[in-house]
Amino acid sequence: MYMIEARNIHKSFGDLHVLKGISLTVDKGEVIAIIGPSGSGKSTFLRCLIHLEVIDSGDIIIQGQPFAYETEDGKSHYVPDKQAREICKKLGMVFQNFNLFPHKTVLENVIEAPIVVNKMDRKEAIDIAEGLLSRVGLADKKDNYPSQLSGGQKQRVAIARALAMKPDIMLFDEPTSSLDPELTGEVLKVMRDLAEDRMTMLVVTHEMGFAREVADRVIFMDNGEIVEEGCPKEIFHNPGNERTRSFLEQVL
Amino acid sequence: MQELFSDVIVPTADYISRIIVPMLEGTVVTLKLFFITIILSIPLGVLLALARISKYRLLSGAVGTYIWLLRGTPLLLQVFFVYYGLPNFGIILDSFPAACIAFVLNHAAYLAEIFRAGIQSIDKGQYEGAKVLGFTYWQTMWRIILPQTVRRVLPPVSNEAITLVKDTALVYAIGLGELLRATKIAVSRDAVTSPFIVAAVFYLAMTFILTKVFDNLEKRFSVYG
Ligand SMILES: Nc1ncnc2c1ncn2[C@@H]1O[C@H](COP(=O)(O)OP(=O)(O)OP(=O)(O)O)[C@@H](O)[C@H]1O
Ligand SMILES: [Mg+2]
Repeated sequence: MYMIEARNIHKSFGDLHVLKGISLTVDKGEVIAIIGPSGSGKSTFLRCLIHLEVIDSGDIIIQGQPFAYETEDGKSHYVPDKQAREICKKLGMVFQNFNLFPHKTVLENVIEAPIVVNKMDRKEAIDIAEGLLSRVGLADKKDNYPSQLSGGQKQRVAIARALAMKPDIMLFDEPTSSLDPELTGEVLKVMRDLAEDRMTMLVVTHEMGFAREVADRVIFMDNGEIVEEGCPKEIFHNPGNERTRSFLEQVL
Repeated sequence: MQELFSDVIVPTADYISRIIVPMLEGTVVTLKLFFITIILSIPLGVLLALARISKYRLLSGAVGTYIWLLRGTPLLLQVFFVYYGLPNFGIILDSFPAACIAFVLNHAAYLAEIFRAGIQSIDKGQYEGAKVLGFTYWQTMWRIILPQTVRRVLPPVSNEAITLVKDTALVYAIGLGELLRATKIAVSRDAVTSPFIVAAVFYLAMTFILTKVFDNLEKRFSVYG
């Protein structure tokens, strides 16, 4: 059983055809880096997987459960809200601009969803949250507000917040792109740790070093299509496609 | 008219001590109307704001019309309508409940617009952050969006509250014994103007306290930077 199976996903914004038949399967414990030029549809693809956008056609299956499916008329529908929320809980997402809750402290950010969504006992939630915060190296910041943290610290809180829901799959949409260069390392390190723990991860990134060293598979997207995919070695050293080659030449 | 008044503008201590009791009684009515209106119009305003931004067109449109009607006509007209107009429909109310109803309905309309703007000023990333954690719409609103809205709407709500204190004087027109009416009675009876000064001091004291309360709230809500 795949962790994620996406079949022939199409998505348009008005006249703009953004995803042109994306198909992808993700195995348990796999780390996939998605690279590609700006506007190629990388974020849109991740957002469709977690129901922040809706696909027009195609199927999405999460751990064997249909999440969005195409009907006879060729249009896709997500499962009803309640069921969709349950499936979404298996997915965690980390955004480029963190989306932390500014009115809550670091600890409160992390315990909020377990308590509100999973009705977890507050004590237990705090225990788990404190464990996660030490894991991302922020135990001493638990009573600070997000506004008092650096970008790298905010992103690590966001990762801890997502992990508190015990997701089976983590989606990252350019987690280091809004950080000062000297702060990207601390976030990438947390992600590397996660990868070593065999977390299934889909990472949209411009960090080619991370893609090369951590990913099991690299996917190159351009213009709404998966142009090429393979292990990092193949993609970075011997890209088969002209578009991949010219993209890598620009970014490396 | 003016030459009939006998006093110099500064009231004497002796005279004030005679009129202070009825004026305080009037102030109690004013404060009652104020608190009832505040306490009921805030939750009603929140509900109206949520309905106004709802994706259900009919609901949103109905509330839009409601807000337009209540903000687009004088509050005094609405008070008259509830007090003198509703009996035509078989609803007969005493002046105080009538005033409360008109005030709550009117202020809720103003607050709804303030809250709507506040809610819509929250970054859409907050909704997305909550959604990917599995929050329902109501959990998102209640735990994430509305608490952040509070801080943003405090300054305009403070403005509204101050307006409300002064609006209470309107119910004088349906014979309610609030502060301004108590004042006017003393003025007419004693042919002096000094009670007006006393009333002004009362209103200023109330709005001063209110300003301080809201300043404090704003400070408290600024902790998260
Ligand atoms: N909500 C939206 N409404 C309309 N157009 C959108 C919307 N979201 C994205 N787009 C468009 O869809 C295309 C793909 O956007 P997307 O954000 O998925 O690209 P990306 O590969 O993530 O790019 P980047 O590397 O810049 O983040 C772009 O042309 C973008 O302008
Ligand atoms: Mg993007």
